[in-house]
Amino acid sequence: MPSKMPSQPKTSFWARLFSHQIVIPILALLLLAIFNLISDPTFFSITLGHNSSGNAVLSGNLISIIDSGSELAILAIGMTLVTAASGGQDISVGAAIAIAGSAMVRVLCGGESSPTELKAPIIVAFLIGVAVAMFFGAFNGTLVAYFKIQPMVATLILFTAGRSIAAWINNNELPIVPGEDFKVFGGYIPGIPIPAPFLIAIVCFIVTWLIMKFTNLGLYVQSVGVNEKTSRLNGLNPELIKLMTYVFLGVCVAVAALIKVSRISSINYSVIAKDIEMDAILAVALGGNALGGGKFSIGASVLGAYVIQFLTTTLYKLEVSAVALPAYKAVVVIILVVLSAPTVREKLSRLGKKLRPDKHGAEASKA
Amino acid sequence: MKVKKLMAIVASTALCATMFASCGSTSSSSTAESKAAGGDTSTAAESTAEGESKAEAESKAEEESKPEDNGGGNGGSGEKIKVGIINNDPNESGYRTANDKDLKATFNEDNGFDAQFYYSLKNDEQITAAQKFIQDEVDYLLLSAADTAGWDSVLKDAQNAGVKVILFDRTIDADPSLYEASIVSDMAKEGQTAVDWLKGQNLDKYKVIHIQGVMGSAAQKGRSGALTEAAEAEPDKWEIVSEQTAEWNAEKAQQIVQAAIDGNKEFNVIYAENDDMAKGAVAALDKANISHGVGKDVIVMGFDCNKWALQELLDQKWNYDGQCNPFQSSYIKDIITKLEAGETLSEKTIIMDEKGFDATTITAEDVENYGI
Repeated sequence: MPSKMPSQPKTSFWARLFSHQIVIPILALLLLAIFNLISDPTFFSITLGHNSSGNAVLSGNLISIIDSGSELAILAIGMTLVTAASGGQDISVGAAIAIAGSAMVRVLCGGESSPTELKAPIIVAFLIGVAVAMFFGAFNGTLVAYFKIQPMVATLILFTAGRSIAAWINNNELPIVPGEDFKVFGGYIPGIPIPAPFLIAIVCFIVTWLIMKFTNLGLYVQSVGVNEKTSRLNGLNPELIKLMTYVFLGVCVAVAALIKVSRISSINYSVIAKDIEMDAILAVALGGNALGGGKFSIGASVLGAYVIQFLTTTLYKLEVSAVALPAYKAVVVIILVVLSAPTVREKLSRLGKKLRPDKHGAEASKA
Repeated sequence: MKVKKLMAIVASTALCATMFASCGSTSSSSTAESKAAGGDTSTAAESTAEGESKAEAESKAEEESKPEDNGGGNGGSGEKIKVGIINNDPNESGYRTANDKDLKATFNEDNGFDAQFYYSLKNDEQITAAQKFIQDEVDYLLLSAADTAGWDSVLKDAQNAGVKVILFDRTIDADPSLYEASIVSDMAKEGQTAVDWLKGQNLDKYKVIHIQGVMGSAAQKGRSGALTEAAEAEPDKWEIVSEQTAEWNAEKAQQIVQAAIDGNKEFNVIYAENDDMAKGAVAALDKANISHGVGKDVIVMGFDCNKWALQELLDQKWNYDGQCNPFQSSYIKDIITKLEAGETLSEKTIIMDEKGFDATTITAEDVENYGI
């Protein structure tokens, strides 16, 4: 894509602008920011205060957005890769979070409903959670890659059964994880006033970026998504690559589950991360990624995730009545998704191209 | 030509042969099916075991499959009251788990019941199970319906078969003559108890953050109603600072309270329509270093009486928790005893007693006894 740029020096500014995938989420973000600036400038105020355990913390709407939107951003990373490679989405991430979170809680609480101390180190619990989530990722991935089942149908299995599995892990109980140590991941690391979830999301993004930078995985994923047969002819193993993206999404799920469970030191398997799969898919769509697979941009998806959270926080702030909230969200989402759809962007950039030569032509005739 | 003809004949005979063969196999499989079906209905035969003649009339196939189905506990089932219990999935919530445990503790062999349980969150599956229980000739059908509609015909069947129906926890849209009794929680009353308690706190001004459940659910409507009414009655004293649905979800509740804090709103009451959401709200308060609980800046109110929530009350971190009583079995048992004795029930709809716990008066025993 960037290599194409020099070959088309004559394209107009607008055409070039819309050919960048990341432009749409940035525009959406700006739009929301401007809207909030007009309706209430104090929206952007950030203050330094203390939380009840005495840590210095930043607070304000923007901080809340980067805090609450982080799980979604982490999921969006994995979902983008899955979308790009398999041309479909995993709708079981919410249920998978319930499973991975339950596994962590089970290890931490040792099967008791309200233990007085942690039964295992947090890192052990987390790694077990990662292993569990990767296993279920591999399950989905196998169905999609080797059995050639439509991703949405394949992941429907776990979507349906996942929360029951989560319930079974903790014997239908809702255990409470004791202690302050575990609250760090969904709260604040002592001494750092920035919310820990945001830091975790940044780490996830950087790690993924490095993997994409120093291996050919990004290219492989894209080529498998664009054309499976040609990539096979070029010596790639499309099945393995698809499977890998699902396993990778599993890791993202485990990290998101850690944050979610840590936020309230407990897990309610029936409501935790409810409907988050839809938001994750939406983030991928907002990022301008083709939902049918192929070209992708992880950064754009992550930004898309924060746009969704920005919208949610804005609507809470505006005190839209609870019944009408989904309707408002839907209207904004429709506009954003339509704008970020690849075909619309293509039309827009063509329109831009059309406008510019006309102007040039007019100027030329004047001269 | 001749070769072709011959081949055709061979082929057609082969075809016919396989047809017969397959017919044979299907007929044998159908007998197998009927055997299996016989096994299913053997429980029905069991109930008429005293009648003997009917049981004898059943096919031999049924007797074959009988031993494994009946297991041990057939002896003396004649005196036991047969109940079929249709409930929602116990995994649905802590409330449902407690509800199921309570039912199982009451309706067992020791208490003179022969109980069968069926769980589903789907109405059609529940209806199928009800039909099966009617075929099994249970004496009582206990029902917590997943959905309010669609029960008329199956309840009529029950009536014709002499099965008495008792609804618990949830009501249905059917003619009251089709069931004996309905044991329900009055969500509006739960809300009223909570709001009355809040009024008793004698604050100068009530600035309430109202966190609602899934919009339109019975619990949300009932628990919201009383608060809305109170706020409308005394607008200068009551102010709803923020009113949003968190859909029973702790994290969403946390975000809603966070948004109110970020917007520099003043509030002194959090009215959350279940414990999870109250917990989420408290997480947001802790983050902003706002004190909450008995004698602190913000009053925290929750519902459902989870054990951990009552523990928060005992630790003085929350102020109030309203009960949604899952322990219906004693009420149901009372009704069955009355009906067995031939008494008539004074009222069809029975509303359970539900408490509201105050952090200043709650005891450790309360946490044990009423926590779910």
